[in-house]
Amino acid sequence: MNTEIKDNIEVTKPPIASIGIIGWLRKNLFSSLSNTILTLLGIYLLYSIIPSFISWAFIDASFVGSTKQECSKEGACWIFIKENLKLIFYGLYPSEELWRINSMYFVLLVCGIYILIPNLKYKGLVGSFLLILFPILSVVMFSGGFGLETVETRLWGGLFLTLVIAGVGIVLSLPIGVMLALGRRSKLPVVSLLSTIFIEIWRGVPLITVLFMASNMFPLFMPEGVNFDKLIRALIGVMFFSAAYLAEVVRGGLQAMPKGQYEAAQSMGLSYWRMMALVILPQSLKMVIPAIIGSFIAIFKDTTLVLVIGLFDFLGIIQFVGTNPDWLGFSHEGYVFAAVIFWIFCFGMSRYSQNLEKKLDTGR
Amino acid sequence: MTTELMIEMNNVHKWFGDLHVLNDVNLKVNKSEKIVICGPSGSGKSTLIRCINRLEEHQRGEIIVEGTELTNDSRSIERIRGEVGMVFQQFNLFPHLSILDNVTLAPIWVRKTPKAQAIDKAMEYLKRVQIDDQAYKYPSQLSGGQQQRAAIARALCMEPRIMLFDEPTSALDPEMIKEVLDVMVGLAEGGMTMIVVTHEMGFAKEVADKIIFMDEGQIVEAKSPDDFFNNPESERTKTFLSQIL
Repeated sequence: MNTEIKDNIEVTKPPIASIGIIGWLRKNLFSSLSNTILTLLGIYLLYSIIPSFISWAFIDASFVGSTKQECSKEGACWIFIKENLKLIFYGLYPSEELWRINSMYFVLLVCGIYILIPNLKYKGLVGSFLLILFPILSVVMFSGGFGLETVETRLWGGLFLTLVIAGVGIVLSLPIGVMLALGRRSKLPVVSLLSTIFIEIWRGVPLITVLFMASNMFPLFMPEGVNFDKLIRALIGVMFFSAAYLAEVVRGGLQAMPKGQYEAAQSMGLSYWRMMALVILPQSLKMVIPAIIGSFIAIFKDTTLVLVIGLFDFLGIIQFVGTNPDWLGFSHEGYVFAAVIFWIFCFGMSRYSQNLEKKLDTGR
Repeated sequence: MTTELMIEMNNVHKWFGDLHVLNDVNLKVNKSEKIVICGPSGSGKSTLIRCINRLEEHQRGEIIVEGTELTNDSRSIERIRGEVGMVFQQFNLFPHLSILDNVTLAPIWVRKTPKAQAIDKAMEYLKRVQIDDQAYKYPSQLSGGQQQRAAIARALCMEPRIMLFDEPTSALDPEMIKEVLDVMVGLAEGGMTMIVVTHEMGFAKEVADKIIFMDEGQIVEAKSPDDFFNNPESERTKTFLSQIL
């Protein structure tokens, strides 16, 4: 057989219009008439919103000063935020005791950064410190005892309170959720029934109702003289509420596991708990990371509801300082500030979720 | 060599709903014996070997493995599973663990072997199935044949006294079947007690002490390979052989 082979194969390039920025624009923004119209409409919309927002938030805004009178009428008055920063961040926590919160922030920050840096030793140690010792230490530092002055929880507030509620809710609800998910899939009818009832009751009730019950109804059922702290009751409510949602998320992951994984683990003689801890949960939790983080983000934002039981979280306190006669009329600034801070935290969690997924991806 | 009874199944029955998947199965397996089970799909051959390590529960009759009867007692089941290795059609390696971690998992957590020692032994077995150079990769990075050999090494690391193979080559591309069968032949020559569900008749001829033909939940024929291929008694066996040979 004879095949002719061309000596000089011309190196051809794709047409200019299909590559680079122009190609990208053509393909994605102007590929058809309707697409072009949408693109132009979108550009117009952005043009009409962004410049006026920027001039309100930055160009015409007032940053320097300490009273309402120093604020310009046209722009945002960030002085309002600046002057109330302590309230917004710490609530009514006594000023001379703020170092206790700040030092715990610092510890958390250092440990968090340590864990996020790849390839460091003793990460497990730092992680278990954060999960076990840190919470205990926090309780002592925040509420007092061991020579520290007692600070009642009614003085806790602001971003600090939001982080406490969300932190406790997130950290405790995951293990409880996992146990509930395993319980619901258990072969033992009693365990399965109880888990199902628990999950369905908590999922069937709005968080706001849970908080009301925790704050107003719960004390009625307690014996005379027994009084749980309101914050603790709210924490327990948030924790179980979140756990019920997580349980269903985790159950989804468990159900997506191929039967062969269970069988392989069993056939090697692994007991139920070892099989779950070493083989099934690492894989099924990995599968549902986006949904788990989604639940965490939801809980973080839902903490704002504790306002209804008289706890002043981050958003609650911003609304509260807006009613101060000295600072009437600045709720816009407060809400924008709250939105930015919430967004930073939620976006951070979201990025961490993607990061974690990528890191744990070992293929199937 | 004295014969030592490893597995004994007496009048074993099992139903899936109304379907009678194992119908009065009797089987005795001696130490170092190699049994090949074949038969049409749905004949109950996989169910039979899955009953031996109780991945499936039998409903009537008795199964005795190494002198222990299989009951609901989870302790004795876990102990027996430690003695009985199993290789699956779909390999069932753990995708979140490296090959080495797959292989050392059970020795470390079930046998309580110290980690360093478990790794040494794992590397030895991985070398035996010729994938020691893949030890730090994840299952998804290996070919089907390599994965199945890793799965065999994983089972062997528990130093089982019996090995069950449930259609170990059925999910493999043709060019990879041989590398897995070679490992199994080597294992057979080493004196392992083996029960193999397979359609690889060449392997059966070469290795089996006894070939069992199953159909509709029953053991229809149990003979030495020579007899099985040359003088099958039952019509069903003859039909089956004519279809696959």
